[in-house]
Amino acid sequence: MIDDIAFIYLATMAVIAGIATVLVRSPVRSAVSLVVVVFHVAGLFAVMGAMFLAVIQLIVYAGAIIVLFLFTIMLLDLRHERGEPYLHKYQLWLGVPLAILILIETGWIALTTPAAAQAMHGKFSPEVIAEMGGAGQALASVLFTDYLLPFEIAGFLLLAAAVGAMILARSPDEDEMPDSTDPVADAAGPAIAAEGGALRRG
Amino acid sequence: MAESLNAYLYVGALLFAIGALGVLVRRSLIVVLLSIELMLQGVNLTMGAFAVFNEDMGGYVLMLISLTIAAAESVVGLAILVTVSRRVTELYSDRLKSLRW
Repeated sequence: MIDDIAFIYLATMAVIAGIATVLVRSPVRSAVSLVVVVFHVAGLFAVMGAMFLAVIQLIVYAGAIIVLFLFTIMLLDLRHERGEPYLHKYQLWLGVPLAILILIETGWIALTTPAAAQAMHGKFSPEVIAEMGGAGQALASVLFTDYLLPFEIAGFLLLAAAVGAMILARSPDEDEMPDSTDPVADAAGPAIAAEGGALRRG
Repeated sequence: MAESLNAYLYVGALLFAIGALGVLVRRSLIVVLLSIELMLQGVNLTMGAFAVFNEDMGGYVLMLISLTIAAAESVVGLAILVTVSRRVTELYSDRLKSLRW
């Protein structure tokens, strides 16, 4: 009973905050609405009984991704965004029916999925998970055996994304290191280069 | 209601569709990226619900990997936004018309 009330509250708030994320004019308010969505989806995971997913959700989304968004919004100059239309003019006529179509398709899948009573019963029932010492242990027992290759690829993807972001966001006038652009420095070593720099500055 | 898989699937479907609406309709590039995150929220909720109700750990692993991809996607997307903001004063998607500059 209390679970049902919690589910209804969390689901309605997640959907309302999602609509606010999409329709609110200011990007900062949009990001903050997304934080509300993240918290309520984490609450849904908790109601479901998946505490591990709820915590992961809070740490990664609310703690890392949204903070990154807010920092970027702060760094960018968004003064020009006021007073202009914030929706596409003609794309609205295509976007709204397409979104409704996606909703019908996904809703149809949700409708035709067999209910939990007839669902598959895999190896990890709540009793087995409790016996293994929690969802963390159960996740690790499959993550480092059956799913080792996807796990390693995901780690490599993070490395590639970090390097790519640094290269993309670098400003164009520092494309090359200042030491290697000076032919004198390249030919004669760092001491003369420092001297030449002092001369030029003087 | 909290005991049935389908209720969670409906919420996930709604979040996904709302995010798709935001991607298609909004002009501001930052809000488009935020809407993609909203779509990923719906997908994560669906995968977590399937994992819990089918008593399978594969959904947990898939959600962990989807979180990684969401982080990588937002990092690269925001880096592209910072680069674009040096050339274009207003970060609207319909201002970016040239293929290269």
